[in-house]
Amino acid sequence: MPTEWTVRAITRAMLPVLLALTLVEVGSGMVLGAFETSLFTYPSLLVLVPVTIGTAGNLGSILASRLSTSFHLGTLSFAPGDETLVGNAVATVALAVSVFPVVGAGAWLLTSLSGSARLPLLSVVAVALTSGVALAVLAIAVTLVATYGAYRLELDPDDVVIPVVTNVCDVLGVLVLFGVVRLLL
Amino acid sequence: MSVRGVVVDAYREALPALVASLIGGLIAGVVLGGMRAELQAVPGLLVLVPALLATRGNVYGSLGARVATALHQGIVEPRVRGGDERLRAAAAAALGNGLLASAFAAVVVFLLLSALGRGPSLLQLVAIALVAGLLSGVVLTVVVVTVVFAGYRRGQDPDTLVGPIVTTTGDVFGMLFLLVAVRTVLALGLGGG
Repeated sequence: MPTEWTVRAITRAMLPVLLALTLVEVGSGMVLGAFETSLFTYPSLLVLVPVTIGTAGNLGSILASRLSTSFHLGTLSFAPGDETLVGNAVATVALAVSVFPVVGAGAWLLTSLSGSARLPLLSVVAVALTSGVALAVLAIAVTLVATYGAYRLELDPDDVVIPVVTNVCDVLGVLVLFGVVRLLL
Repeated sequence: MSVRGVVVDAYREALPALVASLIGGLIAGVVLGGMRAELQAVPGLLVLVPALLATRGNVYGSLGARVATALHQGIVEPRVRGGDERLRAAAAAALGNGLLASAFAAVVVFLLLSALGRGPSLLQLVAIALVAGLLSGVVLTVVVVTVVFAGYRRGQDPDTLVGPIVTTTGDVFGMLFLLVAVRTVLALGLGGG
């Protein structure tokens, strides 16, 4: 049922979800705050923060909207060998593998131009690529669980899955970046 | 379609939007990287960043999706001039909800960090969240509505425009106006110390 176009009706439909998602995002901020010393020491990592969390959310939401469309068209089955499922999952990983090295190099280059780069190019690219691939795999898992959950609960995946996936991936983006920095640096 | 066909199709379709949002994300990152002095001067500001950026995406992404659906259904005309009442209500609701969520995030961050004994200032965080939310909200409403209308009139599917536009402009303007808000609040000396 479509929401009526009044401030009150839109707010009633939107605000509870929005506040819940805000709490989730504050959680990801707390993780960010926990490694602020590394972020202030290595400015390249600080530059990586918005783009890593944003891209993780985007990979998830692109996958979610494609799965939700095939779900509506009735061409999606939740079987491990399903072509739509496997093909989209592989494409998500391929996208991560091709864009994240560029992200790392871009972050390093921009930090160097401002004269504050302290990490070598290869370390920043390694951090970006490792985080990116880990996030792609997590984004696939989260999207599948959320889409399947929406299907089982008979909710429209368009309404539910994309906001959930985007925000969960934001949090995972910070966690993965934190983990990879600890592991590699 | 074969698995290979699905992979190629999905990859090609997603790459342009992803690259656009990457560029936006990197610009936002450079602004964040240039904000180190402010981040160190305002306890809790870094913790607040993901919530503020995500609120932009959630609120204005939803506004864009709503307008796109309304265009498809013909309940909104793709013109801003008419002063359409429904469009104004949707924009006002987005702005109001965005401000509420931003202030809510600031209060939660204040409570959590106070409990951890980090001594943030409630007034400072809420003021920064509201100023940044207001400035980026006005710009994002204008950008989202204008681009969705323009795209629709040129025969593009507004639904596919919304996501990339909101994530790209949301990151860039969200971060720029956060910087403006922090500098303003610090210059006014709100809640300092």
